[in-house]
Amino acid sequence: METLTMKVGSLLLVAFLAFVAAASAADSGFAVHMWIVVAAALLATFVIANKADFAALARGGAPKPDQSRYDDDPVRWGVIATVFWGMAGFLAGLYIALQLAFPVLNLNLEYTTFGRLRPLHTSAVIFAFGGNALIATSFYIVQRTCRARLAFPGLARFVFWGYQLFIVLAATGYLLGITQSREYAEPEWYVDLWLTIVWVAYAIVFIGTIAKRKEPHIYVANWFFLAFILTIAMLHIVNNLAVPVSFMGSKSYSAFAGVQDALTQWWYGHNAVGFFLTAGFLAMMYYFVPKQAERPVYSYRLSIIHFWSLIFLYIWAGPHHLHYTALPDWAQTLGMVFSIMLWMPSWGGMINGLMTLNGAWDKIRTDPIIRMMVMALAFYGMSTFEGPMMSIKAVNSLSHYTDWTIGHVHSGALGWNGMITFAAIYYLVPRLWARERLYSLRMVNWHFWLATVGIVLYAASMWVAGIMQGLMWREYGADGYLVYAFSEVTAAMHPMYLIRATGGLLYLAGAIVMTYNVWQTIAGRSRTEKPMSDAAFDPEADRPIVSPQTVPAE
Amino acid sequence: MSYEAFRHFADSWGLLFMVLVWIGFALWAFRPGAKQHHEDAANMIFDESENDG
Repeated sequence: METLTMKVGSLLLVAFLAFVAAASAADSGFAVHMWIVVAAALLATFVIANKADFAALARGGAPKPDQSRYDDDPVRWGVIATVFWGMAGFLAGLYIALQLAFPVLNLNLEYTTFGRLRPLHTSAVIFAFGGNALIATSFYIVQRTCRARLAFPGLARFVFWGYQLFIVLAATGYLLGITQSREYAEPEWYVDLWLTIVWVAYAIVFIGTIAKRKEPHIYVANWFFLAFILTIAMLHIVNNLAVPVSFMGSKSYSAFAGVQDALTQWWYGHNAVGFFLTAGFLAMMYYFVPKQAERPVYSYRLSIIHFWSLIFLYIWAGPHHLHYTALPDWAQTLGMVFSIMLWMPSWGGMINGLMTLNGAWDKIRTDPIIRMMVMALAFYGMSTFEGPMMSIKAVNSLSHYTDWTIGHVHSGALGWNGMITFAAIYYLVPRLWARERLYSLRMVNWHFWLATVGIVLYAASMWVAGIMQGLMWREYGADGYLVYAFSEVTAAMHPMYLIRATGGLLYLAGAIVMTYNVWQTIAGRSRTEKPMSDAAFDPEADRPIVSPQTVPAE
Repeated sequence: MSYEAFRHFADSWGLLFMVLVWIGFALWAFRPGAKQHHEDAANMIFDESENDG
């Protein structure tokens, strides 16, 4: 009873403080955000008070949850949130892709311009879709590999809901024009502080679960999750050091200036790729690929060596985003050299994942979930080859600021992060909701092909667009003037933008198929369908050879 | 420490230290007895006697 009173009391206090902040806000965006906090706190109060089992409390404390089962509620919520935010993020991506082809879709409204919708898209797919997938899978995997229930179950629930509040504040902020304009770190100072609190809670739950493990060894997936959680905490705090103009307003100024600020941003930005989108998703890979293939990881030793190599190298690669800028030359070269060195540990991870299927390659033909995992690893390998190549200064002088970069990012994000997440969702849903199987395996196959064709269209069109753009920009005439105007380059890219939007549409269509499949699985239905593979059987041919009747001699 | 001195320390002793630590971590995976340990660790997620679903 005391805990319930404490919870409800502190939530009401938060609602009251946010109400005061909303009333004395320095700008309208901050006021809107504080109203959202008021609404969230009141909603949480209502749900907690409504859900409480007062009869049990009167008998002296609510019954403890079954300690012989894993604590999977936050994982189930996380899977649903991943699917939901994925759909939102993909849809926003398709819309802004169409905006680039048809500018009229900006609708002449400040809230729907490309500049505001783009961070909405990037944050929705990276932090909302990817972040929820990481939180859900890390809670699932750490429990299984430690053979222990989550430490601090209440805190784990706070992490989930606190993270959703962060997403809502970030997304609404972008639409309202609240941004500190740092790539992948656009939310303003108060949202950053909130995320810091949530993230520290996340680290406590994760490390606490490892600490109470019943299994002596810490499985390699947990190493990758731990690297992801700790490094993101460090990156987030340093990159967002800022001084707010007013404690009741949404505007702040960075603690860094000039080229130091640029380097801090890309130190953060590239390591968001390295530790959020790589280390975290490799952790998923190291659990779900062996489990789905029913074979142990190809080389555990390789997993350890490529883990340490990634950790030691990634952190230095950021300066390759600042080639040919005011950044000192040695720092640019350092970024380039470390990026090229990263190729090896990246491929170490890819080889380790793919070779896990050694001796079971037929599963690629028979199991569409394995097929998704293999495609994810293939795209991981491809984009981690392309990345080091693009970090070479000579290549970068052509590729930088062009759509080649966009193509590169999407082959990694759609191919690697998306595909491995879809595979993890398909693995998790029947297990989490205790269903015999997915609603439909054939729909997984449809999803696989829709997504794959979508990525191919996306990446190929952006290669062509980017290289064409780069070549047109650097084309000098005999008299030393640039041959093409910016508008001519933009016009030349129009067909590529249409192909890219088509690719995005296919990818979104695949995700819609997944949503339906997951929905039906959770609802407990299973589709009557022909299995994916069957040994050949032809009843017509299933007969003995009849020799012609021999007539007895007379 | 001035910027110049800091930067020179970073790309000499700092770099050497990081390389040695990395080599130490990598060699640790090759220590005697590591092979069996790694095999057990890799198969840990399939241990049916320990309730692996």
